[in-house]
Amino acid sequence: MARVVVDVMPKPEILDPQGQAVAGALPRLGFQGITEVRQGKHFELEVDDAVDDETLAKIAEGLLANPVIENWTVRRIEQ
Amino acid sequence: MTARIGVITFPGTLDDVDAARAVRYSGAAPVDLWHADADLKGVDAVIVPGGFSYGDYLRCGAIARFAPVMTPVIEAAGKGMPVLGICNGFQVLCEAGLLPGALVRNDKLHFVCRDQWLRVENNTTAWSTRYDTGAEILVPLKSGEGGYMADRSTLDTLEGEGRVVFRYVGENPNGSRNDIAGISSPNGRVVGLMPHPEHAVDALTGPSDDGLGMFYSALDALAGLVSA
Repeated sequence: MARVVVDVMPKPEILDPQGQAVAGALPRLGFQGITEVRQGKHFELEVDDAVDDETLAKIAEGLLANPVIENWTVRRIEQ
Repeated sequence: MTARIGVITFPGTLDDVDAARAVRYSGAAPVDLWHADADLKGVDAVIVPGGFSYGDYLRCGAIARFAPVMTPVIEAAGKGMPVLGICNGFQVLCEAGLLPGALVRNDKLHFVCRDQWLRVENNTTAWSTRYDTGAEILVPLKSGEGGYMADRSTLDTLEGEGRVVFRYVGENPNGSRNDIAGISSPNGRVVGLMPHPEHAVDALTGPSDDGLGMFYSALDALAGLVSA
């Protein structure tokens, strides 16, 4: 078994109003110097050793992310 | 023969009843289709209605796109069956790859619920022949993730091929690129739009009956198929 992390982020050219709202809230809470926030999704998968990288890429590209609007990365985490 | 138009219900679908009502108003027979159905019960056209299929988990339409009923829908669309996706249904059709692009969170983050003027940009699709090109119609818009996004080349293709079917009139309600409210497949048989024509079929319950034209258009398209 391995833990696999898939991070999904809106593409740079896609407006991220949720991230902007977070960025707008920070100064109101007294936090200065944060110039931009982008909000995405973080998935943790428990995966059998038999599952190869190609399959993980299919899962990320085919379901977890929508490649029209999002970029994704897959990482195996040492346990 | 009365046309039979399927209306899909996923867990979380809201507007299937109004869509079926709109089908009845147009003179066709609505046929209930369930998300777990493996076939389309011999219908002549399909409507994917609005709502929050599978709770909008992951992304709007992302789970519904893999529902069993979508396999025959995608197959039938490939053979030219008219398919209309409304609101969440539009999102499902984009996720399924039947239409290009994606719908994202409204640019101002607010859920928008209002009567919205649309301009008909293309009256040659299976769902828009009853309108005049340039006609303005008033139908409800109610969505939180209605911003239409596609890359520049896709937008150029849509515009160049006349596949922007409906465009928002006045202030852009959700940040959609090019004020796009609805688009079509290359052959004009599959149409998706964020606003709700099925809520505008009777002046008693909607802002107008402008939405009926979409359902009449589909019946005309089906009649053409039969006589062809």
